[in-house]
Amino acid sequence: MSGSDQGKGSDVLDAQDRARFEQLVLPHLDAAFNLARWLLRNRADSEDVAQEAMLRAYRFFRGFHGGEARAWLLQIVRNTCYTWLEKNRPVELMTEFDEELHPQPSASPESLAIASDNRERLARALETLPPRFREVLVLRELEGCSYKEIATITAIPIGTVMSALARARQRLHRALTHSAPQEASRGL
Amino acid sequence: MGCETTRNVLHGYLDGELDAARAAEFERHLETCRECANTLGAEESLRSSLQRSGLYEHAPVSLRKKIRADLDAATLSPAAPRIPAWRWLAVAAAIVIVVGLSWFSWLRPIKDSASTAPFTVAEIIDAHVRSLQPGHLTDIASTDQHTVKPWFNGKLAFVPPVRDFADQGFSLIGGRLDVLNGQNVAALVYARRKHIINVFVFPTREPDTPIHPPGLRQGYQWFHWRHQGMEYCAVSDLAASDLRLLAQLLYQ
Repeated sequence: MSGSDQGKGSDVLDAQDRARFEQLVLPHLDAAFNLARWLLRNRADSEDVAQEAMLRAYRFFRGFHGGEARAWLLQIVRNTCYTWLEKNRPVELMTEFDEELHPQPSASPESLAIASDNRERLARALETLPPRFREVLVLRELEGCSYKEIATITAIPIGTVMSALARARQRLHRALTHSAPQEASRGL
Repeated sequence: MGCETTRNVLHGYLDGELDAARAAEFERHLETCRECANTLGAEESLRSSLQRSGLYEHAPVSLRKKIRADLDAATLSPAAPRIPAWRWLAVAAAIVIVVGLSWFSWLRPIKDSASTAPFTVAEIIDAHVRSLQPGHLTDIASTDQHTVKPWFNGKLAFVPPVRDFADQGFSLIGGRLDVLNGQNVAALVYARRKHIINVFVFPTREPDTPIHPPGLRQGYQWFHWRHQGMEYCAVSDLAASDLRLLAQLLYQ
């Protein structure tokens, strides 16, 4: 957990803290759950981890000095998710960003239109991506985070958010076009 | 601008994260580069698919409940905004017991007496809560008992005993006229730290009583007693032990 803005978690919180937390942080519970759900890829584990992250956020709340509450919370959620993955599914974290970027012919919009209007296939394709690609896509496309927020949450330099998204989208295209042909030929 | 360099910039453009100059430069490039135009189209279509296909997962209600319970447990207890079910049961049980006891030990004698009107726990709590609303606490705001006491003259058919206990940690902050069950009563307002205490006073013909055991409802404590022809009820969100101190000071 990156320390500076989260402070110490040992404070005893009172009703006033509780009210502030309810007002600032709790409204982002959906965002917290959604991120956990896509990082862990199943709802039951995500409930546990989101619960743990929310309680952790509450314990650290005195260290939150205003600013973007959503990004602050999601940072904690993400850290909690990675800690959980390290402990329970370390293999999933082995696939890192592949730095060598093979120039790929871009997917044709037609094949995508067929492939991607299908929630199940989109979800599966997204889930095949390594977590670090998945999280930037979820934060950008589902959560609508700015590059600055994504940088805060994922602890990558803001200058690399754009290229991280470029690579993540390319991976998603690839995953979709790989799964597309069978379905497409069946559909046509 | 060649396509190699635009590969990332295209995403910044798609995400609306380019500054105006770079966005304009990219738009000029788009006019001449079919490949980038196609890619942009594909990315836009992927984005709208992602956003339209209901991939966002909302937190289940069960999770919300669990988190509220966690927060309750991690918060110092007084006036936690959400109270778990078992605590409501405990409070309900306390109310039943307190109301039951008061009925016999307190309200009943008052009600039996023709001279004093009965008041209920709900009335006292209501009056206290009402007084805490902005502008309702005091009709006469003064820390000086010699200002507060004369203020009641002519407004009530009795003279309430007004004393300041600032030295003992209970500062008199003013007085107010209030009505309990249709009867005008004096409300003396004290503060201890940030807690407000209302002491309702009105005359009675009943004999003196000791300070009754505290009552608790909706998080408010109250003490009731009769002394030298006056009926007293002190109510606050203070801890019972603190509130009892004030009751004892007033009783002297």
